[in-house]
Amino acid sequence: MLIKGNIALSENGFVFNPSTGDSFTLNNIGKEVLMLIKEGKNISQITDLLLGKYDVDKISLERYLSDFVNDLSVNNLLEE
Amino acid sequence: MSKLMFERPTITRLNPGVPSKHGVGTVVAPLPFIDGVKVDDLLDKYGSPLYVFSERTIRKGMEDIKRAFNLRYQKVQMAWSYKTNYLDSICRIFHQEGSWAEVVSGFEYDKAIGNGVKGENIIFNGPGKSINDLEKAVRNGSFIHIDHIDELFMLSDVCQRKNIEARVAVRVNMDIGIYPKWDRFGLNYENGEAWDAINRIMMNPKLKLMGLHTHIGTYIMSVDAYRVAATKLADLTYNIAQKFDHHISYIDMGGGFASKNTLRGAYLSGEDTTPSFDEYAEAITSAIINSQIKPDKLPTLILETGRALIDNAGYIAGSVLANKHLSDGHRATIVDVGVNLLFTSFWYDHKIHPVSIHSGLVEETTIFGPLCMNIDVIRPSLMFPALKRGDRFVITRTGAYNNTQWLQFITTRPNVVLIDQNREVHVIRRAETLENISANEVIPEYLG
Ligand SMILES: Cc1ncc(COP(=O)(O)O)c(C=O)c1O
Repeated sequence: MLIKGNIALSENGFVFNPSTGDSFTLNNIGKEVLMLIKEGKNISQITDLLLGKYDVDKISLERYLSDFVNDLSVNNLLEE
Repeated sequence: MSKLMFERPTITRLNPGVPSKHGVGTVVAPLPFIDGVKVDDLLDKYGSPLYVFSERTIRKGMEDIKRAFNLRYQKVQMAWSYKTNYLDSICRIFHQEGSWAEVVSGFEYDKAIGNGVKGENIIFNGPGKSINDLEKAVRNGSFIHIDHIDELFMLSDVCQRKNIEARVAVRVNMDIGIYPKWDRFGLNYENGEAWDAINRIMMNPKLKLMGLHTHIGTYIMSVDAYRVAATKLADLTYNIAQKFDHHISYIDMGGGFASKNTLRGAYLSGEDTTPSFDEYAEAITSAIINSQIKPDKLPTLILETGRALIDNAGYIAGSVLANKHLSDGHRATIVDVGVNLLFTSFWYDHKIHPVSIHSGLVEETTIFGPLCMNIDVIRPSLMFPALKRGDRFVITRTGAYNNTQWLQFITTRPNVVLIDQNREVHVIRRAETLENISANEVIPEYLG
């Protein structure tokens, strides 16, 4: 899973896609996840990292992450 | 080491320059307390979902409406509209605040008597009074509001046969320039039907004409409609005095004031558009005072205000069951409050607040109830924070009609609690059980 190369992600959670002109905001966890994806981590690594840090169970977390990745892909932010 | 609070990760598209239909900068404030009581504690103790009423808000509403009308008119009498909310404890708060009872069935009539209302302080409305209902109400000295000519004949007949005298009023419907016209109830002003009924009553020794009544509709945003209606009733009052030298004792303007809820799909919030009690009061009282009625013969003004007095005082607290993506990528949240408990979601875009603090970011979401049916939509579309399964929320301004029009469907109905003025919590209707629901069923022997 790869974020498209030209996507800009700012410190405060704004995302800009120069090829479509769309911009987005992320909540804090959304920003954290997107950063981790950018660093090249895969979903199971991200799951483990977040499980260690946040008060959330594994099944729910996997569910939310897959929803989120789906949102990224619906919004054309992921490489095919 | 304790872990950090988790929130679902979200990404929300921004459309610069094109505010969504929700406007820009939507903020959804959390609502952790109701009247100083923690919503989390309420749900832990009484279960989810839960109806919550604020006694303080009910009494404050009564204070506000009485102030607005008493400031402008000498004789004002409130009558609590039972159909709006007939939980006994709620009715009793209104009665303590001086309200009479306004009922539309034998069932509601008996409830009012059970709540200690004197027969002579009950207004009996509605098209469906039975002969037995009528006789009982007449004997108790209640006000019978005649809805149609057949009822007038029926009442006259009962009074003749039993040799009793009834105190009556005529329910009048009229064109007040707004639609839909409520001409299904009462006798019409413009075509002379109401005047005809008044004449028949005046000539009937068993019927004593006490008042005139109208109820022009519900959630009426136009104070001018009330001005027109009050003018027409005042004209009838004057004509009665001219022709019969009879001065009726009251004009009853019914209910219908809008609450601060927002109608479904309305662009502007009800908080900004709903007229104040002062505005309604100004329109109604000036129409009566400026009519031809002599100052010393001005009738008492009765108000049967329902939703505007109880909507604000009611809440439903509940929990998120699940989150879903619909096939178009749209976000949906499924909650444990369905339209069977929140009938008014068909009319209103109810406000929904998370109980806990969230990051402030919101996304477009549909809120569905748990009923497995297409109609079970609490909000078709709103900007809402990313709540997770188990997170709690509060729906506000749910006090009117939901505890009378609720439906028992696929499960039992939950607890109803009242927070009193000292922040004590009282269960005022226990959650139903399977036994309650099955109690009236009868199984034929061959199926036993
Ligand atoms: C005769 C009558 N009075 C009062 C009411 C209360 O109306 P609202 O809740 O709109 O104030 C109703 C409601 O339909 C009614 O039919």
